[in-house]
Amino acid sequence: METCMSIIIGILFAVGTYLILSKTLLRIILGTSIIGHGVNLLLLTMGGLKKGGPPLLGLNTLTFTDPLPQALILTAIVINFATTALFLVLSYRAYKVLGTDDVEQLRGYNDE
Amino acid sequence: MNNLIILPIIIPIIAGMLMVICKNMIKFHRFLSLLAIISVGTVSVLLMEQIKFAGIQILYLGGWQAPFGITLVADMFAVMLVLVTAIVTFCCLCYAFSSIGIERELHYFYPLVLFMIAGVNGAFLTGDIFNLFVCFEVMLVASYVLISLGGTRIQLRESVKYILINMISSFFFLVAIAFLYRMTGTLNLAHLSVLVAKAGQGGLMTAVAFLFLIVFSLKAGLLLFFWLPGSYSAPPPAIAAIFAALLTKVGVYAIIRLFSLVFYHEPGVTHQLIGVLAAITMVLGAMGAVAYGDIKRIMTYNVMIGIGFILAGFASFSTAGMSGTVYYLIHDMIVKALLFLLGGTIIYLTGTGKLKEMSGLIRLHPQLGWMFFIAALSLSGIPPLSGFIGKIFITEGTFHSGYFWLGGIGLLSGLMVLYSMLKIFMNVFWGYTNLTDETDKGTHRGLLLPIGILTVLTIALGLGAEGIHEYVDLAVMGLMEPGLYIDAVRGSSLW
Repeated sequence: METCMSIIIGILFAVGTYLILSKTLLRIILGTSIIGHGVNLLLLTMGGLKKGGPPLLGLNTLTFTDPLPQALILTAIVINFATTALFLVLSYRAYKVLGTDDVEQLRGYNDE
Repeated sequence: MNNLIILPIIIPIIAGMLMVICKNMIKFHRFLSLLAIISVGTVSVLLMEQIKFAGIQILYLGGWQAPFGITLVADMFAVMLVLVTAIVTFCCLCYAFSSIGIERELHYFYPLVLFMIAGVNGAFLTGDIFNLFVCFEVMLVASYVLISLGGTRIQLRESVKYILINMISSFFFLVAIAFLYRMTGTLNLAHLSVLVAKAGQGGLMTAVAFLFLIVFSLKAGLLLFFWLPGSYSAPPPAIAAIFAALLTKVGVYAIIRLFSLVFYHEPGVTHQLIGVLAAITMVLGAMGAVAYGDIKRIMTYNVMIGIGFILAGFASFSTAGMSGTVYYLIHDMIVKALLFLLGGTIIYLTGTGKLKEMSGLIRLHPQLGWMFFIAALSLSGIPPLSGFIGKIFITEGTFHSGYFWLGGIGLLSGLMVLYSMLKIFMNVFWGYTNLTDETDKGTHRGLLLPIGILTVLTIALGLGAEGIHEYVDLAVMGLMEPGLYIDAVRGSSLW
């Protein structure tokens, strides 16, 4: 199970990196979003998969799943969601004001 | 348990929320933001006294004992930085009152600054590595909005890059935390320190340490500074000054904290690498500072030189080097804010950042000129100003640990800083005055007062270095002996 997850995480990171290296702003944002999913899966996998029952009293199970990585993922998802939303809005604004979504043309100029 | 520790984090958040509710009352915003910052400063002074007499202060949030809950740890180093943060923010806010403009004020400028300060203080005070990530994000999200607030072309262009770089480094931060959690099973810094010491810092652990180093280098601008000159020259001076004084320093703080508390077992590998990175940063920063003829560029490259020099002292990992690091970190926060406010005022007066297009400002603005001169001397470490004492200790520390090349590069970069600063001084203030009395926009107390306060502080810190010596010593002791930190967090538990 862990091996399978590692491969999936690797694919997500590869796809995300490819998208981030492209020129269009929208693809870059999608790339960060996909890498974000890869990171969340990595956190989940690092906590160990299928280790036991839910960590509640009175369930009569001997082994328990570690709840901490799930709390971390929840926090990471919220933060990722917020920054992605902000990034999307800002790049839309940048597109309207600057008239381009090509990062090659977002370099600085000397005459500013 | 000491409930004071939470106050530097929640006071700005509560004040910021109140301001969001009362949206259009700008006078109230100004008053409340100053009040919040002053109370944070007062709390940190109280905490410093308590730490001096009773040792490191701890707060277990929600009553959960470490390592299960989130712990806030107030040691001398962290609380000193909280105090300096409050002072710098106070001055930048005063400067913003008369320079930021009503449009930005109406669009939540003050609440955003306070939220950012909450994140900065949280990053200083937290004792939990995931909480450090969260505080970084609080700080960064506020800074994303601050950097794009106003929406001019250059701001939009630079903020897109700034957000992208910081998002990617945050992902790396999470990856590093995931690996660390897998290997140790804990997120509490003190507990991590104990477990890493017990298991030994093997190759895999050192690799994770490098991952953290990459993350914090991106935030601090240590070698990975390619985003910094663009981003820091986009926003208006009051915001740029807060960024230059605080944001990169939080990255530096995280490097110092992690590599003195958790990953301190292989100084030959990790600390030497930090030293090499610091040396390259200083060399490249000095090149940039000397090469450019634009005030904003010169100032941003000076930020990098400062970062490199602070971490050069840390890389030596000796008591002298560490005292130098603490002294210089405090000095750098104050003097970088001063420099950016001065530069911003010059650009406001002349309407350009190009050195070639301005001259002779001293006839119309003598106070500004002399304060710039003092800032330039302080920045390059001329006695008796505040940069001198840190420079002495860092040089002594690097020589003591055998890193002669590092100390040498540090001193040479100091020379380049002096050159780049005097280049600005001579071009801007000397020569034929091309501004007439009619075209002069004029400065007023609102702009000069915060600059004056910071100038007085940099002089006072240099002359009164003896006075804060006791506190710096306590901070250095806390950094050099991880046992003190661990015992304080552990309390009566058994791990």
